[in-house]
Amino acid sequence: MFSTIRSRIITILVLTALCVFSLIPRDATIRTRGADGAMRDTTITRVPLKYGLDLQGGMHLGLELDQSNRLSADVDRDIGLALTVLRKRVDEFGVQEPLIQRVGSERIVVELAGVRDPQRAMDIVQKAAFLEFRITDRTGALEKAIPAMDRALRTLGVGAAAGEGKPSAVQQLLGGDSAAAASDTSVVTDGILASLIQLGAAAGTGGMPGEYMVPETAFPRVDSILRIPEVARLMPRGVELRWASTPLSVGVQSYRFLYALEDKPIITGNRLVDASAQIDPLTNGSIVVFDLDRAGARQFGNATQQHVGDYMAILLDDRVQGRPPVIQSRIDRRGQITLGNKTIQEAQDLALTLKAGALPVPLKIVERVQIGASLGADSIRQGVTAGLVGTALVILIMIGYYRLSGVLAVGALAFYLLFAVGGLAMIDATLTLPGLAGLVLSVGIAVDANVLIFERIREELVHGKTVRLAVDEGFRHAMNAIVDSNVSTVLTALFLFQFGTGPVKGFAVTLIMGIVASMITAVFVTRTFFMIWLQRRPDLTTLSI
Amino acid sequence: MTRFFANANYDFIGFRKYAYGVTAAVLIPGLLWLAAVGLNYSIEFTGGTLIRIRSEQALDAGRLRSALDAQGIHGAEIQSYGSEREYTIRARVAKAGTDANDTEATASAVTTALDAALGAGSYSVEKTEAVGPKVGGELRTKAFLAVFLSFFAVLAYLAYRFEWRFGLAAVVATAHDILATIAFIAVMRLEVSLVVVGAILSMVGYSLNDTIIIFDRVRENLHKYKRDDFASILNRSINETLPRSVLTHATTLVSLLALAVLAGEVIRPFALVMFFGVFTGTFSSIYIASPVLMWIEHKWPGADARGVKGTAPRAATKAQPVG
Repeated sequence: MFSTIRSRIITILVLTALCVFSLIPRDATIRTRGADGAMRDTTITRVPLKYGLDLQGGMHLGLELDQSNRLSADVDRDIGLALTVLRKRVDEFGVQEPLIQRVGSERIVVELAGVRDPQRAMDIVQKAAFLEFRITDRTGALEKAIPAMDRALRTLGVGAAAGEGKPSAVQQLLGGDSAAAASDTSVVTDGILASLIQLGAAAGTGGMPGEYMVPETAFPRVDSILRIPEVARLMPRGVELRWASTPLSVGVQSYRFLYALEDKPIITGNRLVDASAQIDPLTNGSIVVFDLDRAGARQFGNATQQHVGDYMAILLDDRVQGRPPVIQSRIDRRGQITLGNKTIQEAQDLALTLKAGALPVPLKIVERVQIGASLGADSIRQGVTAGLVGTALVILIMIGYYRLSGVLAVGALAFYLLFAVGGLAMIDATLTLPGLAGLVLSVGIAVDANVLIFERIREELVHGKTVRLAVDEGFRHAMNAIVDSNVSTVLTALFLFQFGTGPVKGFAVTLIMGIVASMITAVFVTRTFFMIWLQRRPDLTTLSI
Repeated sequence: MTRFFANANYDFIGFRKYAYGVTAAVLIPGLLWLAAVGLNYSIEFTGGTLIRIRSEQALDAGRLRSALDAQGIHGAEIQSYGSEREYTIRARVAKAGTDANDTEATASAVTTALDAALGAGSYSVEKTEAVGPKVGGELRTKAFLAVFLSFFAVLAYLAYRFEWRFGLAAVVATAHDILATIAFIAVMRLEVSLVVVGAILSMVGYSLNDTIIIFDRVRENLHKYKRDDFASILNRSINETLPRSVLTHATTLVSLLALAVLAGEVIRPFALVMFFGVFTGTFSSIYIASPVLMWIEHKWPGADARGVKGTAPRAATKAQPVG
């Protein structure tokens, strides 16, 4: 098939055209989020070669299920669900060509290029965004349980009179200093919880059933006390305690509100179909307005109708958002979450995460690599300089040593570079810094096939063969060595590919592509050059090699 | 035409006893050093936090250290690279599996400390790496497996293309290269990062290339010169492939030189490891792979290598056709 020079030249031209075509700058559409929060499609023209995070800057995150608060019943399923949710969220977030994939059985890798606000991006991927609505407790369950809880604490050795006796393990856990904590309360009782937790109405905030307040300074202490199993089990069945998401100032003192809530939510966020951020014209604070689906609207409507006059807490990731509003009448399809003094961007991010759905289990970041854009730009500049200098030196050596044949090899090298880079664009590979190094290195290695062939031709010439025969034999005999050595290199590169992460994978891919391209050029392109040369000079008795 | 080593006829095989001495002289101190000092793993493998900053004014490590100490971050490695305005701060995790090693918290604590000491905005964070200890441990296992498994894949391929004796000899040579390279990394105090593991694997590929080129010639010459003994065939093959070796190594070395000098901090260790790999690969192809092949042929003489009975001294004189 490739016996005639004409068919060979056509093949080379077709390959060249393919590679050039794959490298022509073309339009790409990118979704970005503008300053006002709206998504916008921008079209840019660029060479269709993807840069890795290390070249353009960006963030690589390794995420795993955070099972510290809620155990996952089925890790495999939850990771799958989380993957879907993350895809939606990142899509809304507006990042160029994000990579979101599962690695191994329990990890998700997210790569976001060109992220300018890392903290925000991290919050968006991590936030469970588990939304639920619950009615506050009307039975005064916590007030009734507090004396029993304090008794339990005294048996454990924690209490207002903690100065006596040896400090227990629990006391040390809580920081020990319980006597001081009692000083900032007006209600003096004999129990630590009784002294720290007061009714929401006590400070004249117009409290509601099930609302309690704790001085912000005592918040971590009370929280850890309430988590002690001996204490937690004294809460009556059907009632759960949840903290407010942010502290609230009452007079000069900052308080953290604690809510006793019914344990069954009246509705959860998975019935939500749309959410958007708005500014409340009355308070000037940010709010998130949401819509429920039909079934959700019916469920919500029935529940709110039953509970007219009750207070409804809005929980996001187990924290109560704002103060629970009173239910004045039946609410159907549409509701709103008041965020108070949070920025409109935070409200937008919340709307975004609510819309994308809740994560089954929150995620924790187990690995983060973040690279600034300027570092990436430096890397490209250095990599390209090294590539140019390296290639120039290789060209010098080849022409200096092999003369005219060397020129042919250099011509083949140009084709090699075109094929390698074009091939990378064709398979949609990502170019990384080690990948760039791999490309530079492969220029040095790519000439090896030519060297093998040339040396073989020289040997055949020395043995007294004619030029034409020597060239034929040279190519034929060098084949075995070229194939074997390249296959073994590809094998090691494959192992590198499956084990490596982003940058190193890029290296493996360029190495493999480089080897394929060098095989084609050395064996096919150079051979064709020689055929043309010999055809034009049939009388050739010596070869410039 | 210019031809280096055109009609070379060096007695490589005869020289092998000295080469073993060289090997021992390199490997033994290198491996002792490795055992005594160990390898310097990067954050990717150990887990921990790395922050690379570029400051507007010149800094010194002492100032950075006191800033970190003030925030309760002790024992961080502080290293300048390039200039006095660029620093890398590393806080490795203490012990695998403990919750205290919250690398994200460390990362934000470091930036808080730097904000306090240098003023926010007077420096920029070029790179942040926060790797949990579990992730680092997994990566170590995977890297080891990749090197180990690639070994067997190559052995299998060579056994298929040549014959198991050749495959075994090539793998012994490769094992030598890996050991020598790891010793080199230890002695040079290079940081073992993913990129360096990549360099080790590429070096394996490159060194195998070299061995295969020689073995390919051995295979050919075994058929051509049926009456020669094995040592002289090896010698002939090495000498015949010498010009190719010199040329290819030269072009590879200049590419690597360009990378080492010009491509920046991330790629330099890669280039250095490969640079060393080119030398050790060449050495091992000639002085490890070939003598080992000869030894294996001697120990387990077989008919399949060249269609004649093996090269054990007594059998070698009498070539027998294979039935």
